[in-house]
Amino acid sequence: MTRRLPRKDVVIVGLGWTGSIMALELCRAGLDVVAIERGPWRDTATDFNIGTAPDELRYAVRHDLFLRTRQETLTMRNNSSQTALPIRRWGSFLPGNGVGGAGSHWNGQTWRFLPDDFRIRSHMIERYGEGIMPEGHQIQDWPMSYDELEPFYDKFEYVAGISGKAGNIKGQIQPGGNPFEGARERDYPTPPMKQGYSQELFTKAAKELGLHPFPRPSANLSTGYTNPYGCSMAPCTYCGFCERFGCSNYSKSSPQTCVLPALVREPNFEARTECEVTKVKLSGDGKMATGVVYVDAIGEEWEQPADLVLLCAYGLFNVRLMLLSGIGKPYDPSTGEGVVGRNYAYQTGSGATAFFDNVNFNPFAAAGSLGAALDDYNSDNFDHGPHGFVGGASITNAYTNGRPIQYRPTPRGTPAWGSAWKKAVRETYQRVTNVGAQGSVMSYRANYLDLDPTYKDPLGRPLMRMTFDYQPNEIKMANWMAERCEAIAKAMGAKTTQINRLNTPWSTVPYQSTHNTGGTVTGNDPRTSVLNRYLQSWDVPNVFVMGASTFPQNAGYNPTGTVGALTYWALDAIQSKYLKSPGALVQQ
Amino acid sequence: MSANVKTNWTGTRAWLRRMPMRRIVAATLLAMPAAALADSDNFVEAGRGRALVTAGDCVACHTAPGGKPFAGGLALQTPFGAIMTPNITPDNATGIGSWTADDFARAMHEGRRPNGTRLYPAFPYTYYTKVTRADSDAIFAYLRSLDPVSNSVDRNTLPFPFSIRSSMAVWNGMFFTAGEFKPDPNRSEEYNRGAYLVEGLGHCGACHTPLNALGANKADRYLQGGQIDSWTAPNITNDMQAGLGKWSVDDVVQYLKTGQARGVIASGPMKDVVENSTAKMPDADLKAMAVFLKDRGAAGGPAPTPVAASDGRMKVGEAIFVDTCAACHVRSGEGIARVFPKLAGATVVTQDDPASLIHIVITGGQAAATATHPTAPTMPSFGYRLNDEQIAAVVTYVRNSWGNAASPVAADAVKAIRGKVTGPAD
Repeated sequence: MTRRLPRKDVVIVGLGWTGSIMALELCRAGLDVVAIERGPWRDTATDFNIGTAPDELRYAVRHDLFLRTRQETLTMRNNSSQTALPIRRWGSFLPGNGVGGAGSHWNGQTWRFLPDDFRIRSHMIERYGEGIMPEGHQIQDWPMSYDELEPFYDKFEYVAGISGKAGNIKGQIQPGGNPFEGARERDYPTPPMKQGYSQELFTKAAKELGLHPFPRPSANLSTGYTNPYGCSMAPCTYCGFCERFGCSNYSKSSPQTCVLPALVREPNFEARTECEVTKVKLSGDGKMATGVVYVDAIGEEWEQPADLVLLCAYGLFNVRLMLLSGIGKPYDPSTGEGVVGRNYAYQTGSGATAFFDNVNFNPFAAAGSLGAALDDYNSDNFDHGPHGFVGGASITNAYTNGRPIQYRPTPRGTPAWGSAWKKAVRETYQRVTNVGAQGSVMSYRANYLDLDPTYKDPLGRPLMRMTFDYQPNEIKMANWMAERCEAIAKAMGAKTTQINRLNTPWSTVPYQSTHNTGGTVTGNDPRTSVLNRYLQSWDVPNVFVMGASTFPQNAGYNPTGTVGALTYWALDAIQSKYLKSPGALVQQ
Repeated sequence: MSANVKTNWTGTRAWLRRMPMRRIVAATLLAMPAAALADSDNFVEAGRGRALVTAGDCVACHTAPGGKPFAGGLALQTPFGAIMTPNITPDNATGIGSWTADDFARAMHEGRRPNGTRLYPAFPYTYYTKVTRADSDAIFAYLRSLDPVSNSVDRNTLPFPFSIRSSMAVWNGMFFTAGEFKPDPNRSEEYNRGAYLVEGLGHCGACHTPLNALGANKADRYLQGGQIDSWTAPNITNDMQAGLGKWSVDDVVQYLKTGQARGVIASGPMKDVVENSTAKMPDADLKAMAVFLKDRGAAGGPAPTPVAASDGRMKVGEAIFVDTCAACHVRSGEGIARVFPKLAGATVVTQDDPASLIHIVITGGQAAATATHPTAPTMPSFGYRLNDEQIAAVVTYVRNSWGNAASPVAADAVKAIRGKVTGPAD
């Protein structure tokens, strides 16, 4: 039997970056807030203690911080002619679990999308004509501009303390920064990280090729920092245990370091952990949410009534919760109608490996966002006319880690075990580096999310089904980028290089990227979007959805900076408009 | 959502939460319906009492781990055995519900219960005797306003012969001088306010003064540093070497208000004092306490000679420091502002008694979290992988590097503290 709890002003589903920011700001606005999180409570002091945090076997191999697939997973197929099967061990992407969410185990690369990314459809057609748009695409402009988001990017960067070098302050190009970036109001809160020898070679080579390298913006902080919430951080020690790990050194921006110390002091905040929200409960006419239903750690079911419901779980799970709750019309690829699950997108990875003689790159002196990057081939920073594809990539030379179990680079063709493998590992570890291209993925009619007809979770609810493959546009783009990467690797002085083209068809097995986007996209047209420009449901106006599931398509960057900016953007609308007059903020 | 009502009410709550306590009392008074104002003077009195209870940090001892505030049941460790703190909520059967204001004042001023039996000075009546009767009454009024909690506490846990409460009559004769605080007419009002708080409700000396064999503070070493639960309570006289001599009045205020000053971060029992008490006190009272502590004089031992860098213990200690400590506290001992405490020049490091240093290396610990500095960084435990000799070496190194000078630490001292602060081995 479902027991009904006393009403709250706000219920938040998921306590990661977006949930914790929303909770803190809405508590400070005087609202009673409860956050419901299906994983455990986690904090730096107890869970990311230096004595246990850098445990590669536990965290990187055995996935301690991630969702257990027996609790929830997805089914996957490359196209709708196939039968989808459940992912039983995470591979291609790694959904987080517990307080902090992906914000605990991320690398920390914190980008702003480029101004053109927000109006990519209009921009590409204006510059190149309709002919450049790929077959079967559903690319659409974002409903807000870069300039509108700029103050909120700034806000997130200052809460997270991001270390970087501005390339464009109020229209003035800044030497040493990214000259392609949108104008920003002020510089990053902390200076860029110290770069390694490999990045020195990359920077020099890129400049010689006429490109514009700069230190990558990083949530592994270069100096001590205290953010506007009073939360303090310490400088990164370059230990190389970022991605898949919590930071024990208070150096990686996360909900734990940047928000929770202030949030837990708020008397009208409550967190319920190890409680899984099973659906958003709707009023009889389906036009308002009345709260959420959740199941606690011992299987008891509870109803938490609330006036405002914020879906702040990992993007994929926000999409599933919308589908399971019946909010918005599910997308049907055969008719192209419906919106929930539409425009799922991902990320491309390609590049070149560079082998050197007589160098010691010391890959163990690393950090998740340490690295030098360039944007010459991102978005529409270059002439797409001769190439015939849409999109681009950020190109980076970086070491996120040199950890003993999983960082064992060897040249292609090396045996996977035995004395030849050992010899290759010994010879390669110190003298290999990588130039990588992280590319955009556009949205297509054929790539989408829906509920699986066969497989269910332990609570009997259908799993979500992912239908995705790289389309010819992305393959062409990523492989062209791999050639650009190889040219840079050669200019760095590599003795030999090895080109890494996009792996197709897309497979769930090797790790690629946790940048899953779309499914509850934001837009100005309710026929092609789930959320209006304030990330508010078109159908149920007291439901807002945060996170990368709101992206209309993916850009050539890591998503978290934009996720943070969108959170503060939506928060501003909730505070300045919604709380004064609850209801739809955009009329249909 | 009934938007308008909602917005107004939430606005009011936000405003209430941000108001200083004294103003809330006044504002609530105006907003209360007339019927609830039957005892309006008492309401003001209770609000004043709440501030005094905060200054006295009563909640720290009168609350069991995980228990209801003020319902007692914490086992206070004394050299004579554990004493369970009483329930001071107004429950008739198990608390102080049947007490009168006179009964309460007698406990505060004389250390006696309503029936005349004697309290142990673990309840610091030796300090509270200085509290004015008006303040005692206000504290009582506040405690009366709490929800009664039924929590029966065994109040007779001390072993024989300490179990004989009447023996405290003799003790009192030797170590207790009853009497309210008398301001010094030659000093400023601020100094006297500070003295009243430090020597009365604040009972700072209870920890910051060494104890004699009978558990009384050594009057001749008042505020020169003591030990509590195997933590060092440093010298808080104005002594240049070990005390507050290099701290300004503002430094002391910052420390009490935020838990941090001069790169030092409160931990151990002082974390609780800051979080529960001083961080919530009015700035004027903190400044008065700081002025008193800075102006009342300096006293401490002679400056020690540093252990030479060439000493074998220093070399071992340095190697351990570089491997284990320097990532956070930095090679120069400067630490990281607001996150990792500074060790160079930190007086807590160079107290003659090294208990805190040893304790925190063995068990780890968490710093104070306050509204100004909500991040409460943690020192991890190293007791599991550093043996007594190694801890003695690294602690000796920290006490004698970067200009620090203090007595070396022997492995036996580490062993003694390890025995007290860690449970039996698995």
